[in-house]
Amino acid sequence: MSAGGPLLRVEDLRVEYPTEDGVVHAVDGITYEVQRGRTLGVVGESGSGKTVASLTTLGITRGQGARVSGRILFEGRDLVALPEGELRAIRGNEIAMVFQDPLSSLHPLYSVGFQLVEAVLAHRDVSKAKARERAIEMLGLVGIPDAARRVDDYPHEFSGGMRQRAMIAMALVNDPKLLIADEPTTALDVTVQAQILDLMERLKRELDMAIMLITHDLGVVAEMADDVAVMYAGRIVETASAELLFASPEHPYAWGLLKSIPTLSAPRDEQLVPIPGSPPSLIHRPSGCHFHPRCPYAQPDHARIDPALQAVPEEPGHHVACLLEPLTRRRLWAELRAGRMPDEALAAVVPAGGAS
Amino acid sequence: MTRYIIRRILWGILLLILVSALTFVLFRVLPTGDPAKLRAGRLQNPKVIAEIRHDLGLDKGLLTQFWIYMKGIFLHFDLGFSYYSTASVKSLIFNRLPATVSLVIGGAIVWLFTGLTIGIISALRPRSVLDRVSMGTALVFVSAPEYWLGLIVLYLVSADIGIFRIFPGAGSYVPLTTDPWKWFTSLILPWFVVAAGTAAIYARLIRGSLIETMGEDYIRTARAKGLTERRVVLRHGVRAAINPILTILGLDIGLLLGSAVLVETVFNIPGIGKLNYDAITHSDFPIVQGTVLLASFFVIVANIIVDIAYAYLDPRVRYS
Repeated sequence: MSAGGPLLRVEDLRVEYPTEDGVVHAVDGITYEVQRGRTLGVVGESGSGKTVASLTTLGITRGQGARVSGRILFEGRDLVALPEGELRAIRGNEIAMVFQDPLSSLHPLYSVGFQLVEAVLAHRDVSKAKARERAIEMLGLVGIPDAARRVDDYPHEFSGGMRQRAMIAMALVNDPKLLIADEPTTALDVTVQAQILDLMERLKRELDMAIMLITHDLGVVAEMADDVAVMYAGRIVETASAELLFASPEHPYAWGLLKSIPTLSAPRDEQLVPIPGSPPSLIHRPSGCHFHPRCPYAQPDHARIDPALQAVPEEPGHHVACLLEPLTRRRLWAELRAGRMPDEALAAVVPAGGAS
Repeated sequence: MTRYIIRRILWGILLLILVSALTFVLFRVLPTGDPAKLRAGRLQNPKVIAEIRHDLGLDKGLLTQFWIYMKGIFLHFDLGFSYYSTASVKSLIFNRLPATVSLVIGGAIVWLFTGLTIGIISALRPRSVLDRVSMGTALVFVSAPEYWLGLIVLYLVSADIGIFRIFPGAGSYVPLTTDPWKWFTSLILPWFVVAAGTAAIYARLIRGSLIETMGEDYIRTARAKGLTERRVVLRHGVRAAINPILTILGLDIGLLLGSAVLVETVFNIPGIGKLNYDAITHSDFPIVQGTVLLASFFVIVANIIVDIAYAYLDPRVRYS
């Protein structure tokens, strides 16, 4: 693949787990791209398949009885078809990952330095002393004070923010081209969250890497992402540039996400609107549009028809999987943005008895 | 840390005194043969018995006897004399100790090695045929009493009475210093019997512990770093899963050093357990007292060692 193509292109990826209760469709045919040097934000509730999708990119869901199909093209190589040995050479080297809870993600019985050195030695044929130098350099780069001394500390001797910095240092120790960050700030204090995001932003620029940022937090996406994919029940229901997504979201689920978080710019008396219900079971998924049981605007036939991801008219790069008419969607969002509740918006846009 | 160790040792000494007091009282309260009468043999006339009683110090009050006993231990490390053979208990125990230590340490190496190997393999392939077979076998060995397993093994493969005459059988023990090879071969069957049940328990423990550990986030991190699966399992998984096992290992070794009675009796190994067993049948109180004290000593020491080792094995543990 030419240097101009996407760094990572995932095509129709499916991950299924057979369990005693039935087959879990954790990831159900998703397609997305991560461009070089850019950040893709993947948003969705817990259980929407975000994490499984990212772990599958590294091949870590293999061997757990998962059935994986589709293609994961990383610089033209299909990671799904790659033998374990070659995939291992990419893991932690060209693609690295940072996880949610840094305390449980670091081995409690090894010093931070040991764990970084180990990551270097897994991919580089260098002496231990050289690897240790590199570890100290990385710890310094992510802002651990007095790194040469703290390199021998154990994870429990670090604060939460420092642990996540150490995790990031470990992920970046081999200069990866893609960093997958799975809820990297969820387990941290709010003030520390901002520091970690700043750090990632800075390192992305300095090291010229791409980031796939998995989160349920739209605030984080707004801060970090260039492009956004919204996931629901194992599928991508909307993709767009971050700008477009926040300015004119198309999917009712994305509206729900946006309306359920407080913003400083909104009027003080504006009500937050939670999304009713809870994420569906990935074993027995709702028929038709998987979101229809929770969608305030669902029409009777939405329980039958399964929407495909389609281009949004007049907005290049914006795709949505929704059965509502584009015009109806636009008017509904306009009403919602003006502060109306979902039922008011629906009544205003679709006169009683009318169909979308 | 030093303060902690000193405190633990002082508590250990107190515990040993309590154990001595308890055995002292138990032996006199529970109905056993009168040592003086047993000693008198066929000359059962009251005068002789009273004389013997006086010689053994049994005519003094219970507290006085205990005081004399404790004084002996603390001042001269003197555990008294056997009623039966009049040999010093200390020398009897020290003569017997090498056999027991050989049996227990060798057995521990066998059970640790087999238990870990089987446990790790089972954990990595849960519900596989291998897992089911080894866990089933483990269950059989856990359930088999040592004396039964010992007799079966002797009946099957011992050189004297076995169907297949392969290994030296009962009563073939030779000290290490006399002939290392004979020492080794004579202990093969006892080691197997000592280790069988324990190895089975360890295999199940390490299996459970490792299955749990392999689900931890840091194992996922290790995989994401691109480590080989072998390194992920052994350096990251087993390293974390093995700590609880080491705790029990210390206790098991300590316990067994004082109480390998059954195996030593079946294989006629002249160890502490055998000494204790014979002493009980002869109401030889000083030996029983001495071996009980030794057993408690080993358990207490093993406990302290395990606790100290823990601080080194797990950096999160710090004693103060």
